[in-house]
Amino acid sequence: MSIEELYREVILDHNRNPRNRGTLEHPDAHAEGNNPLCGDELSLDLRLDGDQIVDVAIQGQGCSISQSSASMMSQAIKGKTLAEVQNLIGGFKAMMDIEAAPASAGLDPDRPGAMLGDLEALQGVRKFPVRIKCANLAWTTLEEALRSRS
Amino acid sequence: MTDLSHLRPDFPVLERRVHGKPLVFLDSAASSQKPNQVLDAMEAVYRTYYANVHRGAYLLSEESTNAYEEARAKVARFINAASRSEIVFTRGATTALNAAAFGWGMDHLRAGDRILLTMMEHHANIVPWQMVARRTGAELIYLPMTADYGLDTDRLTDLLDERVKIFSFTGMSNVTGTMPPVAEVAGMARDHGALVIVDAAQLITHAPLDVQKLGADLVAFSGHKMLGPTGIGALWGRPSVLEEMEPFEGGGEMISDVRLDGSTWAPVPHKFEAGTPPIVAAIGLGAAVDYLEKIGMESVRRHGQELTTYALKQLAGLSGVRVFGPTNPERRGGVISFALGEVHPHDVATILDQEGIAVRAGHHCAKPLTRALGVPATVRASLQVYNTTEDVDALIAGLRKVQKVFHVD
Repeated sequence: MSIEELYREVILDHNRNPRNRGTLEHPDAHAEGNNPLCGDELSLDLRLDGDQIVDVAIQGQGCSISQSSASMMSQAIKGKTLAEVQNLIGGFKAMMDIEAAPASAGLDPDRPGAMLGDLEALQGVRKFPVRIKCANLAWTTLEEALRSRS
Repeated sequence: MTDLSHLRPDFPVLERRVHGKPLVFLDSAASSQKPNQVLDAMEAVYRTYYANVHRGAYLLSEESTNAYEEARAKVARFINAASRSEIVFTRGATTALNAAAFGWGMDHLRAGDRILLTMMEHHANIVPWQMVARRTGAELIYLPMTADYGLDTDRLTDLLDERVKIFSFTGMSNVTGTMPPVAEVAGMARDHGALVIVDAAQLITHAPLDVQKLGADLVAFSGHKMLGPTGIGALWGRPSVLEEMEPFEGGGEMISDVRLDGSTWAPVPHKFEAGTPPIVAAIGLGAAVDYLEKIGMESVRRHGQELTTYALKQLAGLSGVRVFGPTNPERRGGVISFALGEVHPHDVATILDQEGIAVRAGHHCAKPLTRALGVPATVRASLQVYNTTEDVDALIAGLRKVQKVFHVD
């Protein structure tokens, strides 16, 4: 495992130029997340139209893994239905779950993130267990935002 | 440069390889590595004479008790305490500071009193005071930092008045490495009648410490940052202060008599040591003190200053490095916090780890200070007697690798 497999170009790109930055006025769902141990912070706003996420805005600061994960997530969920988003959340969590064997989660052992598009680049984080919580921050914040709505 | 590299074979962990690279350990401010002398002393207790202390009327207990009390005497000599009874063994600096906050603060603080801390404190010297302030109605105030990471002594003059009952501050910052002029500021606070407490968790292992010249009333430190084991530390106290302080924990061994309607306390320091103490850890700390004294704390200080000066010079040669701490080696010790351009400290630490280099990234249990520095986190490289210029060179090479991965230079 070389360090370049962790810091892939797509991750560095999203870290340098994070997508969907900012806040939404009167968001339909909102949550804030942080990793107390390392200080990564994230604020997430969602705009919904029925059961579709039509806009996403993220603010925060932290390491390249937490911030690129948030940026890629914002792109991945924009325009998706809530059911599709739940599917993505499940897929991402399964990719990051180093306890479970990918195959048992119905994933390709060689490419557990195959269904995730750009987000698959974060697969390398699996080899750096202390950084997994950085990658997961955006996703736990998203779950929190969706829960706050219901 | 003061060369202590002959000590390295004493530390077995330094032979390890990490991710295929030789270990470069630069996180001793979090916890230091242990020499064979400490490991052997602790193993000898368990293998040859272990028993509970102050209890049994048999030889092993007598030997254990003697070794435990001898460790107390070693610690007393190490900080030039007048008597071994001025040394209270605790679980570490955190417990020592809690013992001070709850044992002295709860009985002496009233609503409207002030507890003066500084912007440079570790959470261990903030949170216990917040807890005691909440229960007593006392108010917490903080002495600011100067632009060059020192204590603002002008402001100290303004803040010290009859309301300030406690001044508790670090003898060496675990973030900036700052060593404030302890005796000077302690004297100012004592002149105003404040109880003066020094958190010496970092200072104890970086410079000679003489409690008779320090001007403090209580001094707290941990064993594990000074080459000793975890689970042991000490609170030094001026005898009159320890006498008037209430025990922070009750239990066996700390009593003189127990009746159904009340108890009386054992004499100082035993009234502060409830329950079976960390016997083996205390004896290990005694061995760590022997080890440091054999090197000589003047040599330890000189080595730390010279290596810090070297590290600061090498760091200055890297583009985008910003060091958070004094530049004058007289005013600081070997704890160096910095930022590497815009690269987040956790990314720096992960890449360094792959090169075998252990540093800390984060807020270092000093969030108010990190906020005051205007950054979410810093990278911290901290030095001990076993570190060398080669370790610093490895760090610099590792940081160049970080710049390469993140396409900055």
